[in-house]
Amino acid sequence: MTAAFEQLREVAEHAWGSLTRGDTPVITVGTATCGRSAGALDTLDVLRGELAGREIECRFVEVGCLGPCYAEPLVTVSLPGAPTVCFASVNIRAARKIAAYVAGEDLPEELAFATIGPESVPGIPELMDTPVMKGQVRRVLRNCGIVDPGDIHHSLARGSYSGLQRALELDTEARIGELERSGLRGRGGAGFPVWRKWQFCIDAPGDTKYIVCNADEGDPGAFMNRSLLEGDPHAMLEGMIIAGLTIGASEGFIYCRAEYPLALERLAVAIGQAEDVGFLGPDALGPGRPFRIKVKEGAGAFVCGEETALIASIEGHRGMPRPRPPFPAVSGLWGRPTVINNVETLASVALIFQHGADWYAEYGTEKSKGTKTFALVGHVARPGLVEVPLGTTLRELIFDIGGGVSSGHRFKAVQTGGPSGGCLPEEKLDIPVDYESLQEAGTIMGSGGVVVMDERTCMVDFARFFLDFAADESCGKCGPCRLGTRQLLRILEDITQGAGTESDLELLEGLCHNVIEGSLCGLGQTAPNPVLTTLRYFRDEYVAHVESRTCPALACRDFIAFEIDDENCTGCAACAALCPVDGISGEKKQLHAINAAVCIKCGVCSDTCTFGAVATVDAHP
Amino acid sequence: MTTTNLDPVLSAFERRPESLIPLLQAVQENLGYLPPDAMGTVARHARVPRSRVFGVASFYSQFRFNPVGRQRVAVCRGTACHVGGAKFILEQLERTLGILEGETTGDMEYSLETVACIGCCGLAPCITVNDEVSAKLTPMKVRKQFKKARK
Ligand SMILES: Cc1cc2nc3c(=O)[nH]c(=O)nc-3n(C[C@H](O)[C@H](O)[C@H](O)COP(=O)(O)O)c2cc1C
Ligand code: FES
Repeated sequence: MTAAFEQLREVAEHAWGSLTRGDTPVITVGTATCGRSAGALDTLDVLRGELAGREIECRFVEVGCLGPCYAEPLVTVSLPGAPTVCFASVNIRAARKIAAYVAGEDLPEELAFATIGPESVPGIPELMDTPVMKGQVRRVLRNCGIVDPGDIHHSLARGSYSGLQRALELDTEARIGELERSGLRGRGGAGFPVWRKWQFCIDAPGDTKYIVCNADEGDPGAFMNRSLLEGDPHAMLEGMIIAGLTIGASEGFIYCRAEYPLALERLAVAIGQAEDVGFLGPDALGPGRPFRIKVKEGAGAFVCGEETALIASIEGHRGMPRPRPPFPAVSGLWGRPTVINNVETLASVALIFQHGADWYAEYGTEKSKGTKTFALVGHVARPGLVEVPLGTTLRELIFDIGGGVSSGHRFKAVQTGGPSGGCLPEEKLDIPVDYESLQEAGTIMGSGGVVVMDERTCMVDFARFFLDFAADESCGKCGPCRLGTRQLLRILEDITQGAGTESDLELLEGLCHNVIEGSLCGLGQTAPNPVLTTLRYFRDEYVAHVESRTCPALACRDFIAFEIDDENCTGCAACAALCPVDGISGEKKQLHAINAAVCIKCGVCSDTCTFGAVATVDAHP
Repeated sequence: MTTTNLDPVLSAFERRPESLIPLLQAVQENLGYLPPDAMGTVARHARVPRSRVFGVASFYSQFRFNPVGRQRVAVCRGTACHVGGAKFILEQLERTLGILEGETTGDMEYSLETVACIGCCGLAPCITVNDEVSAKLTPMKVRKQFKKARK
């Protein structure tokens, strides 16, 4: 470790120490995109205003997302000499109570979610003992929601860039060896061994090479990369610099989707700070060995997550894939050898160099090492971002950490891998989450999206949803994908609208295989997966749609109607007040009725009714 | 209609083909959309044919060829939002604003579009209004939020 780095670390530790051990109260508010949408900026304003009004000096720190989206906005308070307390769902009223606590009143225990750190408060669990955190191992996400992503000193004080220092002392062979021993596989979807991809690039002839960070996060319904970039951008930058060093690149590109304005902003700040301290710039990789990073904003095309399409997009073309080989590691950006890695992959690389390969491989299964972040969403009680050792079962993920299905309905299916993945039923919940087991079950790990569905979700409609997405996002270059996804969509639309026939099921299956075999890139090759897995595990639902013209989940609009039954309806009018089309009428305390002519079948009435008086029924089309 | 001088916008970018997408993004940021003559200007600056500019611009869903409303309402059509009932949110907005997806109100106040995923999936269903996210929506919440605004 160089003297310059030691000095920097000292400054950083001082800055971090003054925050964690100072004598001014410190208040952190999670203001990542999820926190903001739950009102975190208003919460912050109220806290600032209240404490300024009471003339109490405080330090406010805006941090990223701690993970439990359902509990946003999250606020932590560290008073000098007192344990750090994390508060959940801090609305404006709660913010006032917290301000009072900072001003010296009693701790509002009912708002406390957890304590953070060694000191505890009786009756309040430590953060890692809360049900949502207990099964988690937070390594990649260790700084998210803890540090100020706008201050490199915080990340530095918590270990960032020490991996880079170590990597600088090793030679290429030792670096690759470390990666190989760690067992790290790509986190963007395919799970290709990272060391091997890098080795291909090292072996490829040429002096100019590039490293590209894939931050396109195309899986709709997943936000692992967004959270990490918003909460701890240095985690990824460090790994990217190590990659540049190892493959011999002096330039790197981050391809980040434009739909993530806050992540882009935080990246720009982080890159600027890394330049200021010399981790990036003319001598980043040693005297006279430059390394620079540029950010390229995506322009809204799912296919640009595919490596060759991503390259075309950076070069200023339409984002259309090309046949491989040659692989980008041999001929990539402007024809030069290029390594493309996902955000989380690069952040894991940094960890491996900080702590060593053995430490990293402590967790995981034989072929899938380490931890992985997942975006747990859908009908789950505790949606959010989680990190678990690979090999954790889906059941542990959904029920222990996620708290099971929300709203008291029954679990039906879980989708992993986004538009390229598949849907698994309850019987498959005990399989471990690793690359091979998921593939065996018909789905893929993907980048980490996990969508939970309860019994009210129609599996045919769900497959239709993904095919709609695939048909829309198909770049149009190859026929099997362009035409095939559209035809699959048409058939699925027919089935969900009551125009399907029994022969449609075989037609679907045959077409799925044609699209898989004939398509040029991963988009088309995987787009049929949602159809194939739902056909495999939920075939009876397809059959019901085409044979008896019913939707067993009572979800497809053309098959259902809503009715209010006269026994249970109390005439409370709660449903009428929430019906978006004013389609429910009735006198107060009298039986209400639904006007079928205007009903859009959104189901708000049956969700609202606490007396179970609104029934969803079959309406044979 | 673009009598606006784009030179200050364009001059920040190198005159190379790979600047094309950033150039289009900057022009759209500036004008709100991509008028035909602005694409001609971009073509000259990036030193590529106009056909390529149009080809690239029409490929990516970010680019628009018509002016948009002052309030750009975008409904998430991602998986979590779909499972959470996004189609009812979109339909409600269509009813309340009186326009269909892809359209703009006559007074140029609102445009309605869809977006692949905002990354706020834990709080689905979501929309954005000029990049600001509203989460955990219901059709009625949307109806109230925009009814007020329409008056
Ligand atoms: C249609 C399609 C979309 C993809 N989208 C993404 C994405 O959004 N993010 C990502 O990291 N990888 C995505 N991938 C996978 C990448 O092509 C590539 O495998 C990955 O970035 C490699 O990085 P890794 O080895 O670190 O996983 C996509 C692949 C396909 C076929
Ligand atoms: S699915 Fe709507 S925000 Fe991600």
